[in-house]
Parts: sequence; C-alpha cells; structure tokens
Amino acid sequence: MSKTIRTEALRKEFGEKTAVADLTLEVERGEVFGFLGPNGAGKTTAVKMLLGLIYPTSGTGDVLGAPLGEHRSRNKVGFLPEHFRFHDWLTAEEFLYLHGNLYQMPARVLNTRVPELLQLVGLENHAEKKLRAFSKGMLQRIGLAQALLNEPDLVFLDEPTSGLDPVGRRLVRDIIRDLSEAGTTVFLNSHLLSEVEITCDRVAFIRHGEVLTTNSLKSLVEGELTVEIKAYHLNPKILAGLARWSQNIRADGDHLSLTLTSEADMPSINRYLVEQGVDVFSIRPKQLSLEDLFIQVVGTEGGL
Amino acid sequence: MTVFTISGLTFREAARRKILLAALLLGLLYLVIYGVGFYYVNQDIANSQFTTGLLELNQIRNFLFMAGMYVVNFLTVAMAVLTSVDTLSGEIASGTIHTMVSKPLRRWEIVVGKWLGFVGMLSLYLLLMAGGTVVLVFLISGYTAPNLWRGMGLLWLNAILLLGVSLAGGAVLSTLANGVLVFGMFGIAFVGGWIEQIGSFIQNQTAVNVGIISSLLIPSEALWKRAAFEMQSPLVSALGFSPFSASSMPSLVMVFYGMIYAILALLLAIRLFNNRDL
Repeated sequence: MSKTIRTEALRKEFGEKTAVADLTLEVERGEVFGFLGPNGAGKTTAVKMLLGLIYPTSGTGDVLGAPLGEHRSRNKVGFLPEHFRFHDWLTAEEFLYLHGNLYQMPARVLNTRVPELLQLVGLENHAEKKLRAFSKGMLQRIGLAQALLNEPDLVFLDEPTSGLDPVGRRLVRDIIRDLSEAGTTVFLNSHLLSEVEITCDRVAFIRHGEVLTTNSLKSLVEGELTVEIKAYHLNPKILAGLARWSQNIRADGDHLSLTLTSEADMPSINRYLVEQGVDVFSIRPKQLSLEDLFIQVVGTEGGL
Repeated sequence: MTVFTISGLTFREAARRKILLAALLLGLLYLVIYGVGFYYVNQDIANSQFTTGLLELNQIRNFLFMAGMYVVNFLTVAMAVLTSVDTLSGEIASGTIHTMVSKPLRRWEIVVGKWLGFVGMLSLYLLLMAGGTVVLVFLISGYTAPNLWRGMGLLWLNAILLLGVSLAGGAVLSTLANGVLVFGMFGIAFVGGWIEQIGSFIQNQTAVNVGIISSLLIPSEALWKRAAFEMQSPLVSALGFSPFSASSMPSLVMVFYGMIYAILALLLAIRLFNNRDL
C-alpha cells in the first residue's frame, strides 16, 4: 500500500457547528503535503481526526494502513501540535526521554537518539535546562525533536515555523527536506505560503472544512507563466519571430512581456534573441505565486 | 509499560512542583502539634485525681486518638482531591495532552497511569500521617487503639474513592467546576452523615434516611464513620455518642458499596476520557 493517508468523506460536527464538512484526500508515501486554508477552515480539526484526538462524526480513513483511532497506527507517526504545551517542569532531555518512553522505545535506543535530536534542533547546550525557561522558538525546536523521536514514517507539523526566527525557519525547512529525502511523509499545516511553496510537493486547499482542490506544486509552477524581457535593438521582425513561443506578446520600447506555456522555452527564446543581434539584459519569469493561487482558490473572505 | 511511565510522571510532577514537599512539611507540622498536645493532655489526665482507672484513661486517650485520625482523614481526602483535580482537565485545557494521546498508547493507559501514581502518593501520605499518629500515641502513653489496619484501610478506601470521582470529573469538566463538584459532594456526605448521626441519637427516622441517601450519593462520610467505629474503644460504642465516633455504624454492605463505588468511579473516568474529543 503506497498511500500513507487516505480519508473518505470525513466529517466533524461540534454541536451545531460543522468544523470539517467533507475531507477526502490521499497522501502518497514520501511526499511533503501542504494543507492550506484560512484560519478556522478546519485544518487543525482535520489533523486531530487523523491522529485519533478527535472522533469523526462520519466518514472513514486510514493512516499508515491502520484505521483511524487505532493506537498502533501511531507507532510510526510524529506530531508537533500548533499550540505546543509540554510539561514545563521537565528538562529538555527528560522531556525527550518521557516521550521516547511513550513510544515504548528501549533505553538503549534513546541514549543515542536523544543527544542526536538535541543536536539536530540546535539545543545540545540546553539539555539540562527546564522547558519553563525556554523561549517560544526553543519550545518549537524541542517539540519538533519530540515529533521525530521514533524515526516516524509520517510526521504531522501544525504551523511548525510560527514561533521561529528566520534561522529557525531555515532549520525547519532543512529538516523537512531531509525527512523527505529519507522517505518520510510530511503533512504540513501552514498558512505561511512562502514556506509551503519552498517545501511542499503537493498542496490541498481547504475552506469551510472541505478540500477545494489538490495540486502538485510542480504543475502550478510549470503552468502558464509571464516572462519579462529587457533588451535593446528589438524590431518588429524579431518580435514576429517570437510568435512560435507565444501568442501573447506586448512590447513597450525596450521592454517585452510574453506569456509562455512552459518555463522550458526560456533558454530557446534567449538563444533566438541573441542570434538576431539583440542585446539581452534580463529575462525574468513572473510566476503565479502560491499566494495568488491561494486567493484565487480560497477567495479573499478570509478566516472567521 | 506505558501505564508506569505515566505513573512515574505523576509522581515526578508532584515532587518537582513541590507538592510532595508542602504536603510532607505540613504533615510533619501536624504530627509535632498533635504530639505536643497529646503529651500534655496525657500528662494532665494521668496526674488528675478524677481519672484514675486505666479503663477511664484509655477512653480519653482513644478520644484524643480519634481526633487525630479525624484530621488525618480530612487531610488525606484534601490531598487526594487537590492533587488530582486538574491532572486531566488542566492537561486537556493547556493541550499538553495532545502530544501524549497522539502516541501509540490507549487512552485508558493515561487514566490508569495517573490513578496508580496518585494511589501510590496517597498511600505513602496516609501511612506517614496515620502511622505517625499511632506511633506518637503509643510512645507517649503506651495506648493502642483497636483494629488499626482495618481503620486505616477504610481511610485509604475513602481517599481512593474521592480520587476516582475527581478524575472522572476532570475528564469532562474544567478544573474549577471539577473542584466545586468534588468538594460539593464531599460536603453533602459530611452534612448528611451528621444529620444521620443526630437523627439516630434522637431516633428520627427521616433524618436517618437523609443520611443514608447522602451516603449512597457518595459514601465518603460513611467510610470515615465505619473506620471510626472500628478504631473506637468498646466502651464508647456502648455509650453511643461522641463527636468523632459512629453512633449509627454504617454496615459492611456500605463498605462494600464504597469499594464498588471507587472502582466504578475509575471506570467512569476512563470511559469519559476515552469518549471525548481532545
């Protein structure tokens, strides 16, 4: 079975309120999956259902091949909650040992794994410090270490960079990339779109508890794009020659703007222009950003 | 095993947050005050010209001993409720529970683990307090009350029972609401117990029934009364009325009911915690 997560019409109602209306999605093994939506769209509720913290009102699903709520399915799952609160009277080291024990990892394994993880998240010099004395960023880091203790096959990260400075964010990005290279599936809840843009393979947009669309990020990037060119010695004949790449060309003095169907055409265009004796100063792709796409798909009404 | 990881955590939390230290220091303070008081009262009655017979002396010593055990019962119950009242509700409210429940464990393991941790703490505390009282009384006067183990067992059951109620409440209520619930129930049992005792003394059946109903609601006062009955001197039983002793002694059925109640409270806590969204 190659699907890490598979859900079918998961629904959760809290009294009158529907938090998640219809969650149907599939996450492939080893991919970094971005889960996007405005605040209150039901992202956290969805993750909690996948982790067995919240019981769905209806619908089914399985995680790592085991049905939702089955405790053994969480054996190879790591989780960093959005509002991470831990037993703050523990030291960083004790905290990791505690959670290792909850994963039922043998002491022998933990003795190497705990220092390794403290190093990974850059807290090796704070092992003896109580979590109470940790900053928000440090808590986020130790929480992340906790989520990776059992070398999980699937990690849920709920807003993993929210408390972090740029250095910390870079660290999280690197960790996500390493995880992905090692074949770990990452389920990333985030509203920091630039974050998602850099790290994710596929994204799902969710609003009012419903998955609106699921896209591969590559296909988004490789979709239609506009290229801005700055060049001297352009003439109508040369512009006409560009028609084989683009039907939509706008020229304004030394500036050209054309719409391409693929990024792959850019080098050919460059070569053509140079061969025609044009001095090319810049060719800049103007991609549809994830933010544009987010607004396009989800709309601007925002989260309520 | 995960259950024992949670028990250990519960113990460690109480130690780290200085709850154990505070409880132990206050316990020792109680024992010191009690010991000094008992020493002087004992000296006075032994030298008094009015109380000469050993039987009579031991009545007074038993009375003083029961006063001590009354305090021990109250402190142990307070300890049972205060330490456990926010253990579930607090961790649910703060979200600490999220990283625990998302581990490969079953939810009952968390409840049972916490329960065992508190049972261990309460057992030690009760042993220290009640045992300390018994030893002090013996060292100062040479007196030992009857049926000590049975009496202490009933006090233990009383604490465990309230612990179960507090865990069950904490699985669904906020910390504050849970505290109000548990102490409220304890108060009802307390008042009901006294109404029953007075009713029995003046032979008013309605008052007795009120007491019985409150004991069924929560048998904590009944368990104390049974414990007091076990440990009181035979003569007081015959006389029938003392503020710390049981005139209308709860039956063994009530003790059995208390055991079932304590187990059901734990099962209810597991069930409520198991079925809720976190």
